[in-house]
This record gives sequence, C-alpha cells and structure tokens, in this order.
Amino acid sequence: MIWDWGFALEILPVLARAAIISIEATLIGFVLAASLGLVLAVVRIAVPRTGWTISVLVELIRSTPLLIQIFFLYFVFPKFGVVLDAFTAGVLAIGIHYAAYCSEVYRAGFDNIHRGQWEASIALNLSAWTTFRDIIIPQAIPPIVPALGNYLVALFKETPLLSAIAVLELMQTAKIIGSETFRYTEPMTLVGLFFLAMSLVSAALIRSLERLLNRRTMR
Amino acid sequence: MGIRTLVAMLVVALVVIGALATQESYQVFMPGLLQGAVLTVEIAILGSLLAIVMGVLAALARMYGPAPLRWLATVYVEIFRGTSALVQLFWLFFVLPQFGVTLNAFLVAVLALGLNVGAYGSEVVRGAIQSVARGQWEACTALNMSRPQMLRRIILPQAFVAMIPPWGNLFIELLKSTALVSLITLSDLAFKAQQMNQNTFKTIPIFTLVLLMYLAMSLVLTIGMRLLERRASLGLARGKAA
Repeated sequence: MIWDWGFALEILPVLARAAIISIEATLIGFVLAASLGLVLAVVRIAVPRTGWTISVLVELIRSTPLLIQIFFLYFVFPKFGVVLDAFTAGVLAIGIHYAAYCSEVYRAGFDNIHRGQWEASIALNLSAWTTFRDIIIPQAIPPIVPALGNYLVALFKETPLLSAIAVLELMQTAKIIGSETFRYTEPMTLVGLFFLAMSLVSAALIRSLERLLNRRTMR
Repeated sequence: MGIRTLVAMLVVALVVIGALATQESYQVFMPGLLQGAVLTVEIAILGSLLAIVMGVLAALARMYGPAPLRWLATVYVEIFRGTSALVQLFWLFFVLPQFGVTLNAFLVAVLALGLNVGAYGSEVVRGAIQSVARGQWEACTALNMSRPQMLRRIILPQAFVAMIPPWGNLFIELLKSTALVSLITLSDLAFKAQQMNQNTFKTIPIFTLVLLMYLAMSLVLTIGMRLLERRASLGLARGKAA
C-alpha cells in the first residue's frame, strides 16, 4: 500500500510537536533578522563611512549558502572556544543570513523618505534618535511590512536546513520516522503539506496586510 | 553595488583562494574540494537551464493556456513556491521510489532545484511580460499580428531585458541551494567540506575556503548577469518617456 492513513494519523502528533520547534526557530530567527537588519540599515545612515563595509558584508552573506554558514557557526566557532548547541547555532545562522536581506529592505524603506523630512527634523532641532523614532521609522516601516513578511515566509521555508545539524525540527523528525519504519511517503508528504499550508495562509495574510496598508497610505 | 566593486571582491576572493590552495599542508583536502566544486557547478548549470524552461512554460501556460493547462501551471507554481527546497529534494529522493520511480541522486538534484527555481521564475517571466507598455500590445493588434508573432517579435525581446536582473538573483539562489544536495548523498562542495572536515579536522581552513569558493562562483554569476543586462539594454530606452 502506498499511502497508509493509520500510519499517517499515528505520526501526526509526533510531527506536530516537531512543528513547534520549527515555528520557534522561525520566530526567534526572524526577530533576530529583523532587528539586526534594522541596526545595519540605521548604522549605515547614521555613520556614512560604514556604508562600504556594510555593503561588502551584506554581499558576502548573501552570496554564500545558508547551509555552509550554519556549518560554519556549528563547526568552526567551537575552535575559537565558542561552543553553541545545534539549535542556537542554526537559529543564529538563519537570523544573520536574513538580516542581510532585511537590511536591504529597510534601506529601500529609508530611501523612500522624502529629503524634506530629514531637513525639517534638523530645522526643528530634533535629536538624531528622536528623528529616527518619531519621524523616519513611522513613515519608513509600514510600506516595507509586506516585503519583510515575504522574508518571514522564506525564512520559515529554510528551517528544514537545521536538520543538517540534527536539530529535532520537522524535517529531522520526518527523516527519523522514515529511517525507523522504512516508510518515507507519509512523513515527507505531511511535512510538505504542512509547509504548503503555512505558506499559502501567510501569503494570504501578507496580501490582506498589503491592502490594509495601501488603504491607509491612500488617504 | 557597482560592477567594479564586485570585480574587486572577486579578485580578492580568488587571490585568497589561490594563496590558501597552494599551501603544502592543505593538499590533503584541496583536490577533494575542487572535485566537489565541479559537481556544484554542473548541478547549478543544468538546474538553471531547467528553471528557465519551466519558468517560461509555466508563465505562458498561466497567461495564455487553456483552462486545464492554466490550472496545472498554477498548482505547479504554488506547490514549488509553497514548500521548501529541501522538502522537495527529500520527497523526490525518498518518496518517489515508493511510487516505482527511482531516479539517481544527480537527476533528483537537478530536477528539484530546477523545478523549485522555475516556479519562482515563472512569476518573473509573467511580471516582465506584463510590464511591456500597453501601447506595444495595441500596436501589434493594430498591425494584425498573430499572438505568437506578437510575443516572439515584439513583447518577449522587450520583456527579456526586464527579466535579466531578477533571473540573476534566482540563479544565485539556485547556486546557493545546490549546497542542499549534499544531504541526498551527492558529493558536491558542501558534502566534500563535511567529509574533509571529518577526515582531516582542518575545520577552519576548509570552511573558510568553501565559503570563499561559493562567494567566487556567485560573484562570477552576478558580474556575468550585469554585463548581459548592459548588453541587452543597449539601444533600448527603458523607463518612463519624458
């Protein structure tokens, strides 16, 4: 029999528990990516001299595979005395990788702010911090929320890579079930369906968010 | 980033790779890594070709195909964009044999990556075709061109230029995704890195070299696409009319 419903139901709770780890990794990784990306983008504006260094750094991170970066954090850092457990190393790597992408999104957001806004802030003698917090960020962030959302989905789809360093997330669990029972069809298909469902739902959410934001800015 | 900076980065990367690669003590793993790199390049090239074919076919099917074909193309795009590349790779590798279709790992790698990137590519193709100015379509209709004629002679040549930068990004994504094939037993660069690491424990130089090698490949690709873009847009005034 190719597809066994009984077996599928049996492994569903196990996979559901693993899915929580995947979602945890996604959320922690994205918080890391979004905040680190913002820091990179802000530093770039605040200290223009760093612009070149940051763009080279971003290019380096974006041009190399995430898998190798995960291996790098997991295998190379211990040689320098920094021992990370698999989950931390993996999430850190994912966070840093996507921070590079997010920083470019933020940059686009900041670039779209009219120069007059900066000049007006200077004219009003606002401090750099106040300018950012009260003038720039509230205008720059809403238009880029959908783009950030897309990266959240992309990041979520990268979490199976953590299975390469034996984090017990969805993919690794499916693989273990497969090797124990010699049945790969159900676990792999269920994992695929889970990702598909999550992606479709989040794509719909992002679309409605986009519509909401458009309506707000149209006013 | 300017093309000069990219070339400078590539030169620096190549010099560092060269300096490390000729070290006496690194000869234990260098040939292995190079072998892996060759396989990585092969998979990336074949995967990219498949991605282009699938991207164009899916986009045309979704835009002009009859209903069943349109539906099929939509399902294809949603499935391959909605699940992660590693899941697709594993599914083709572990599950497909249960249905009696056993493909070797290399074929699975090319197929999975090509289909995955092709799904994203179809949106790029669709967007580029739709970005061609309305007047061009209307002029074709006015000149009584047939649809294939119109696409081939007028629309696609213009859409092609708009497609180059996003396809460049997709090829980079594909190149980076080739690292995943190490998880289905193919000895590509990522696999060799792990293997050599376990054999020689020269962790730091191995992973640094591997990162630099991937970087060099990505940079070659980026620079190539930039040059192609520059060439293709010669004589084409893009953007809004004054």
